[in-house]
Amino acid sequence: MITTEEVLQDVVIKFAGDSGDGMQLTGSQFTNNTAMLGIDLATFPDFPAEIRAPIGTLPGVSGFQLHFSSNRIFTPGDDCDVLVAMNAAALKVNVKNLKKGGKIIVNTDGFDARNLRLANYPDGINPLEDESLTNYEVIKIDVTKLTREALKDFEMGTKEKDRAKNMFVLGFLYWMYNRNMDNTINFLTEKFGKKDTILQSNIKALQAGYNYADTTETFTTRFSVEKARMVKGNYRNIMGNQALSYGLIAASQKSGLQLFLGSYPITPASDILHELSKHKAFGIKTFQAEDEIAAITSAIGASYGGSLGVTTTSGPGMALKAEAMGLAIMLEIPLLIINVQRGGPSTGLPTKTEQSDLLQAYYGRNGESPMPVISASTPSDCFGAVYEAVRIAVQHMTPVILLSDGFIANGSEPWKFPKSDDLHKIEVKFKTELGDHEEKFQPYLRDEKLVRPWAIPGTAGLEHRVGGIEKQNITGNVSYDPDNHQLMVKIREEKVEKIAQFIPEQKLDNGLEKGKVLILGWGSTYGAIKSAVNELLAEGYEVAHAHLRYVRPFPKNLGDILKNYEHVLIPEINNGQLIKIIRDKFLIDAKGYNKIMGIPITKGEIIDEVKKIIEEE
Amino acid sequence: MSTITETRPVTLTAKDFATDQEVRWCPGCGDYSILAQVQKIMPGIGVPKENIVIISGIGCSSRFPYYMNTYGMHSIHGRATAIASGLKASRPELSVWIVSGDGDSLSIGGNHTIHLLRRNFDVNLLMFNNQIYGLTKGQYSPTSEKKKITKSTPYGSIDHPFNPLALALGADATFIGRSMDRDPKHLQTMLTRSHQHKGASFLEIYQNCNIFNDGAFEIFTEKSTKMEEALFLEHGKPLVYGTARDKGIKIEGLRPVAVQLGNGVSEDDLWIHDEKDFYKAQVLVRMFDDPQQSVHFPRPFGVFYETERACYEDIMQMQIEETIATKGAGDLDKLLRGREVWEIAG
Ligand code: SF4
Repeated sequence: MITTEEVLQDVVIKFAGDSGDGMQLTGSQFTNNTAMLGIDLATFPDFPAEIRAPIGTLPGVSGFQLHFSSNRIFTPGDDCDVLVAMNAAALKVNVKNLKKGGKIIVNTDGFDARNLRLANYPDGINPLEDESLTNYEVIKIDVTKLTREALKDFEMGTKEKDRAKNMFVLGFLYWMYNRNMDNTINFLTEKFGKKDTILQSNIKALQAGYNYADTTETFTTRFSVEKARMVKGNYRNIMGNQALSYGLIAASQKSGLQLFLGSYPITPASDILHELSKHKAFGIKTFQAEDEIAAITSAIGASYGGSLGVTTTSGPGMALKAEAMGLAIMLEIPLLIINVQRGGPSTGLPTKTEQSDLLQAYYGRNGESPMPVISASTPSDCFGAVYEAVRIAVQHMTPVILLSDGFIANGSEPWKFPKSDDLHKIEVKFKTELGDHEEKFQPYLRDEKLVRPWAIPGTAGLEHRVGGIEKQNITGNVSYDPDNHQLMVKIREEKVEKIAQFIPEQKLDNGLEKGKVLILGWGSTYGAIKSAVNELLAEGYEVAHAHLRYVRPFPKNLGDILKNYEHVLIPEINNGQLIKIIRDKFLIDAKGYNKIMGIPITKGEIIDEVKKIIEEE
Repeated sequence: MSTITETRPVTLTAKDFATDQEVRWCPGCGDYSILAQVQKIMPGIGVPKENIVIISGIGCSSRFPYYMNTYGMHSIHGRATAIASGLKASRPELSVWIVSGDGDSLSIGGNHTIHLLRRNFDVNLLMFNNQIYGLTKGQYSPTSEKKKITKSTPYGSIDHPFNPLALALGADATFIGRSMDRDPKHLQTMLTRSHQHKGASFLEIYQNCNIFNDGAFEIFTEKSTKMEEALFLEHGKPLVYGTARDKGIKIEGLRPVAVQLGNGVSEDDLWIHDEKDFYKAQVLVRMFDDPQQSVHFPRPFGVFYETERACYEDIMQMQIEETIATKGAGDLDKLLRGREVWEIAG
């Protein structure tokens, strides 16, 4: 049969199935295959809340969304063009986000009476047989049966054979998008190299899926997406937590400081602990502490000893660390607290994303306790953001909070990775001896940046004591003096504010320098805002986008930028947090767009919101 | 190695370890004696002053670092153990001392204490036990005896107290000892032993809080009763006590039995203390009777148990060295590149 080829610009595929169906693996394999072709992409995995939710049920659905395009793209996409549904529950959960006319590839075996019941379809109703899917192109494949058939010569149990179902589907999609399967075959060889039957059966299922698509005339058209026009260079695909880990390793290498991570497992931050634990060859020490408090305090101990102390966590853990952060503020030592945010309060929505810890980062400690706050805005931006956070921590002798969130932590995108030689060195100076005119070491004598010296144990002649009780200015001795306390509170504040002189000015990401609406964002809303502003500009709207990496202190020109627009819109995945700070600091009537559903804000929502503001005038 | 001998010819004295800070404990507080004994042993332990770090939490005892001319941190309540863990893990060559109280390390910081012990960092945990909260002005602590009347227990405490050494042994501490503020010689020996032990040393020091819990340990420390009520352990020696050294402890099966020497019972029949015996240590730490009961065992002092076990920071370092030896030192460019790279040409 003759197939034609159609070139598409932009595709969003959602892989969905039971958590045991291997959809994350299928999605990430298809992603790598896409990346290697130079196509731009963004991904977003959507994990079920429970590790092993009952099979076949709605809470058990695991999804992986991939957006790829020959244009530059910045989000995993709002709605899908293609939905892969391995069972009835996966269809039910995801069909609402499928574009009209979109394709649904279903495993019919996942729509038997039992699966339909588990997915809460009423008795006798099967969406594959009624009219409910008439707006879509439904491709029905009995993946289970076909996979078993393909593997009939393998000596393995049915259960084991069924595990290769995802490979069948992947092969099918590879045919559909006209791909070469080498990367997946290499991947399988590396993963199962020692277990030949598993390796061969997976490859066989993959090829069977490909051949099935080729021979069954399911499609008369194969699709392809061309390379995106991206800045010249070498690219790889990267996930947020991975980029964060690499940023820490790079900062450790470029500062010459031993990296010490104190961490307690928590979703969605644990992957940083896992990643760093692998890289002992860089001399990294990872310590899985007994609790969140020990995680941060062990990192404080390490920093006190002259290491780069880091702790990673998410909202609830951050709350537990608050007192220790205050100690680091008093000690004025470098420390990095990384909060990969999730839905709150309390246990909240562990596997869902939210930006609701900004006020906690800003204010969530006892006493007057200012601390710099840096925010990462995309998966690959985690690298640069954490690198900057380290620089600020060690050069300004202060704990720093880095905010990421579940959306970018688990999402991925192509990354034009740097060469180590191109990364700027992070200068660190320990105090090693008394200066010419010093008789006695003064641990709280500051330089022009208001930064105190870092004198670490083992340095003869600089023995001194530090602690959480208020320090006397200069000497660092305990002091309960009223004037001294006021002075020290002000100094600590000014020290953090002064960092604004050592960070880049705020730039517009996109849009007009003066105009009707400025969209001011921070964190993972970056992609959605960027895409929305691109469209609005194309439609002739006077809009612009500024995205904050430095949330505390703000870049010193931020106030001037805000004044150039009639309206400032601040979209956040929370109930309005940055907006409170902006209003407080700049006394402007900023407007919020707040989505608190545990899922990202979409491009479409921002476009609608901007139009509404302009029309309301 | 000639450089080492050249660098430190000076011998230090206890005075070199004192600071210019005015000591602020209540007059008569047991902490003074403990400070004096620590300052006394420091010049002799063979560690340069700049390599000694004292980390404390919160409580009266935790002011300790201010009075020691070494590196020191007066941290936050209960967390000295966790801070010390991070410091020792990252700087194994430092001599790390934790100064803490019964509230600090057994109540608010109880969790970190047991984990520090099981991990066996080579640090010394000095737990000043005064069976009361002094700094907050007199509430009962996790080691206060039942029925104790304090500000927060006007009708008497209903909490069952911790047996700190049994807890430490339960957490697999590799060195367990007990001493007292009022016996400087014994305390100095115990401090030195704690330092010499490679691994986590848990030293409980009975410390009199003369303001809120005066006399809590009097029965063990006062001349008139000390020899009858305190049993001083010595490795390889029989468990003998009594003013006339006429009493001893035998072991029968799993039980200690107090006996009168003479009448056919000699020191040869007694329990010979063996610091390395884990099972006997379990019995020893349980000799924890209320001395007010008419029949009770004397309270043991000394080194209850000592064993060798690899230290956390050493294994941590070894894993790194082994990885580098087999895989080579980390290559940042290789890491950033990853496995699957594609090129976009201009
Ligand atoms: S309150 Fe008690 S423990 Fe605290 S300093 Fe005074 S006597 Fe010592």
